[in-house]
Amino acid sequence: MERKIETSVSDLPSERDGKARKWWKKLLGQRHLQTMALLGVAWMFIFNYIPMYGIIIAFKEYNIVDSIANAPWVGLDHFREFLQDDELGGVIRNTLGISLIKLVIGFPLPIIFALFLNELRSVRFKKTVQTISYLPHFLSWVILGGILATWLADVGIINNILMGLGLITEPISYLAEPKYFWGIVITSDIWKELGWSAIIYLAAMASVSPEQYEAATMDGAGRFQKMFYVTLPNIRPTIAILFILAVSGVLNSNFDQILVLRNSLNESASNVIDIYVYQTGIQQGRFSYSTAVGLLKSVIALILLLIANGVTKKLNNTSLF
Amino acid sequence: MWTLKRKTRGEALFDFLNTFGMVLICFVTIYPIWYVLVNSFNDGTDAMSGGIYWWPRQFSLDNFGAVFRSEGIMIAMGITVAKTLVGTVAHVFFTAMVAYAFSRKGLIGGKFYILMGTVTLFFGGGLIPTYLLIRDLHLLDNFLVYIIPVLFSFFDLIIFMTFFREIPEGLEEAARIDGANDWSIFLRIVLPVSMPVLATIALFHGVYQWNDYFTGMIYINNTDLQPIQTYLYRVVAESSSNQMMAAVPGGVTRSVTSQSIKLATMVVTTAPIVFAYPFLQKYFVKGMMIGSIKG
Repeated sequence: MERKIETSVSDLPSERDGKARKWWKKLLGQRHLQTMALLGVAWMFIFNYIPMYGIIIAFKEYNIVDSIANAPWVGLDHFREFLQDDELGGVIRNTLGISLIKLVIGFPLPIIFALFLNELRSVRFKKTVQTISYLPHFLSWVILGGILATWLADVGIINNILMGLGLITEPISYLAEPKYFWGIVITSDIWKELGWSAIIYLAAMASVSPEQYEAATMDGAGRFQKMFYVTLPNIRPTIAILFILAVSGVLNSNFDQILVLRNSLNESASNVIDIYVYQTGIQQGRFSYSTAVGLLKSVIALILLLIANGVTKKLNNTSLF
Repeated sequence: MWTLKRKTRGEALFDFLNTFGMVLICFVTIYPIWYVLVNSFNDGTDAMSGGIYWWPRQFSLDNFGAVFRSEGIMIAMGITVAKTLVGTVAHVFFTAMVAYAFSRKGLIGGKFYILMGTVTLFFGGGLIPTYLLIRDLHLLDNFLVYIIPVLFSFFDLIIFMTFFREIPEGLEEAARIDGANDWSIFLRIVLPVSMPVLATIALFHGVYQWNDYFTGMIYINNTDLQPIQTYLYRVVAESSSNQMMAAVPGGVTRSVTSQSIKLATMVVTTAPIVFAYPFLQKYFVKGMMIGSIKG
């Protein structure tokens, strides 16, 4: 009662003015919080949104001296050029080839590794194996590239062993021959990430209640049966989510890795989309063309994400969003 | 109790094979690193004939001596240490600060800010538009290119927010009654109770800073500003080992080869990560859990 009188006396505002005033007061009270938030928003605007605006050069003929706004429009010319490029076939084959093999072999392996790790009886041994298996994840691809170059060198351990066994008579330069490239990329990727990728599955397995295993044991289930009928169904949602992410990433080759391992001799097997974008853009300075190829890739990746998300939602009732 | 039941023969065999398989995996993981290590401690010329698998044949510290005498390698090491320290502190502080603001209930515009960040998780400008931005900001050949473009990460912000929302509100209320403003609440209350998540993000960003070679490769031309990983990339991928020899005062000695210096540099570059690793392990496992629950 009192309050009502007070407002009507002080400034005879309409209800709307009162709201606005309240809002301003709230904003003033948040001035420190807003400063913090807006610093972040400003960073995102500059480093995320300005490059998104920069994508319009894919539809323009941009050259270094001009500004982005002044460059003449060329429509879809750069996209057409890419689709007619001689290298297109090789780029698609390498990108999809490496990714699909990684998906078929590299995706299930950490799940299998986690399933068996989960069956170890000694907690201490389990921890030790985990610790060792994570380690390669923290090494850079440059270091790993150096290790691989040492192993695969003419006097490296691989050639030494194969020649010692009499399987080959002359050393093979593995990194100089395209036919070995995919194998090297996929094996080294599994070596580096097997343990690390298993963490999430192990976390999901840790939350399975012991009663489920006890019940299965009562029913006479063996170790394999428990792994297959108890553990695996329990981690299905986790698998589904990681699968969505893996599928949407098939156009993403591991850029850091391939950039280290590629060279002019294995180019026919190592030229993937990301490398092609890098070469045409940074090395040849074809800014607009390279941006167009990159944009095409992001759009297809986004569509793949939506499709994968939709399909898993239908089949599994689990989804990313 | 079922656990006390005698193991059947099949169970015992399973346990044996499983343990054996795990030991094998550990060996395959460790051995490639061990091979590099023993070769780096071997006389360079002797190592060229190969066959050093388990232990150095002609033990020598000359390779490491050459690495530590090389000015180029030492400068690159210094850049890596500097960018890792400065970059990690700046990233963790800035991202945590924004996350604290975003996590407060009733923040005006909060929903919009978060939407703005979520978009960046799914779509970005890509290589060239980012390159043009860095150029226009005059960050080419500038040490700050290692810091400012990675000052913030929306992904890390989500992890921070998850943690900050768990902090009991009473803690804040008490400080507010004592007249503390949002800055001092963030600095004196929120940060100190968030050490585990700060450590986790610091670890991930620190490893990123330490291992990143691409930034130094495309944005930096001045060799005095390149980090050790970029330096190694140029040696490993561009096979310009001779450049490495040239960098060593006194040039080629009898016992040091370009290959043996390369191995020693790799060992020196990796050693800090391997030594810090056991201490940091508990943090990243925890961090992965927070990240995976959210993601």
